[in-house]
Amino acid sequence: MSTPLRQPWAGPLGLYHPGTSVLHRCPPGAKLAGLAVAGIAVSLARGPVSALVALAVAVLAQLVSRVPWHRTTRGLLGTLVAVSLVGLYQWWLRGWAVGLEVVLDIVALVLLATIVTATTRADALLEVLARLARPLRHVGLSPETFALACGLFLRIIPVLVQTSLEARDAARARGLERSPRAVLIPSAVRMVAHARATGDALAARGLGED
Amino acid sequence: MIELDDVLVTAFSPDPAGDADRVVRLLGPVTLRLTERRIAVIGANGSGKSTLARLLNGLVLPASGTVRVDGLDTAVDGRAVRRRVGFVFTNPDAQIVMPTPLEDVALSLRRLPLTADERDAAARAALARFGLEDRAEVPAHVLSGGQRQLLALASVLAVEPAILVCDEPTTLLDLRWRTVVDDLLDGLDQQVVVVTHDLDAAARADRVLVVDRGRVVHDGEPGAAIAHYRALMSSLRA
Repeated sequence: MSTPLRQPWAGPLGLYHPGTSVLHRCPPGAKLAGLAVAGIAVSLARGPVSALVALAVAVLAQLVSRVPWHRTTRGLLGTLVAVSLVGLYQWWLRGWAVGLEVVLDIVALVLLATIVTATTRADALLEVLARLARPLRHVGLSPETFALACGLFLRIIPVLVQTSLEARDAARARGLERSPRAVLIPSAVRMVAHARATGDALAARGLGED
Repeated sequence: MIELDDVLVTAFSPDPAGDADRVVRLLGPVTLRLTERRIAVIGANGSGKSTLARLLNGLVLPASGTVRVDGLDTAVDGRAVRRRVGFVFTNPDAQIVMPTPLEDVALSLRRLPLTADERDAAARAALARFGLEDRAEVPAHVLSGGQRQLLALASVLAVEPAILVCDEPTTLLDLRWRTVVDDLLDGLDQQVVVVTHDLDAAARADRVLVVDRGRVVHDGEPGAAIAHYRALMSSLRA
């Protein structure tokens, strides 16, 4: 007997979870600034103790946001696998303290970023990003287009996952489940086609033309 | 009103001989005045229907001739034309660009001078109009195919375009969702141009264009146009 099917993984970022917590009501600009400060602090602070503090802050933010744990932990699993490999390499290269620090730092920052996107509507994020990007006008770039590109990044993660899963299923159906080429090449081709179709759709909606 | 005057669309195509790409004719010459409220475009795959549809909001520009929408030339006033002409694609996945339905509709509304609260309210109202109010904040990728097509329609219609062009909007849908989308399109106040393989939907149009090998080979009332199309398809089988 198999377990019930799950919805396709949507990636660690990009899914707003409706709520009324303090973090949901906090201005998006403040949350982005907080995330930037956390990123700088984590980069500057050295040692596993400071990394543990960063993780504790991230966990506290998660509790305050009242976003269900399964929404964030499921998204973090992929990150954990990749970060563990990086941590093991750092442990071998520079010792256990550095390895542990790297793992905890990255998990803390990804968790914080997840909480920011889970408690902020994409529309509100676009608003802030467009405001922050105003100086780009001086070099001929549209702030709205810059913000839209960031928004598209959030949407592209579940599409990428879905496309890869479909390519994997198609490879399995043809008995090619052991061939990475049978998954990677169709995934890449379909993502390029998707990017072109999305470009057409944006143009048709008159978006990104300002 | 949409006017196409001696429009020709060409494209580069790889030369089988391996030399430089050659230029091929995709559509035209076409001259049309589209004034009816419901217009259907039918034809075989690869006949040029989608190219014709894409001309109407400036997604494709003619190599020669002009396309005008309410007097605006798509080659000159592309932005203004796209504000007047909404476009719905076959596959809604390419059209939905935000993580949730509410955010996707709100993205369309960013073109309008609205505050964030007004935009939120307008987006919710647009979703309610299409029966998606209870799906407003779920991830867009978990919606059914029919719901995603409704969302694509909601996102386009939220800004109240004067004309709606749909490129095979029901091709990927089952009978239930096809009926839902067809009924919605039938009930719109806008002028609607639909590219379709659904001859029942075409039969309800005021005017039907039959496209074959890049030319409009029949233009008239649905009965005669559909009969012409059937005869055309039969001749291909023979």
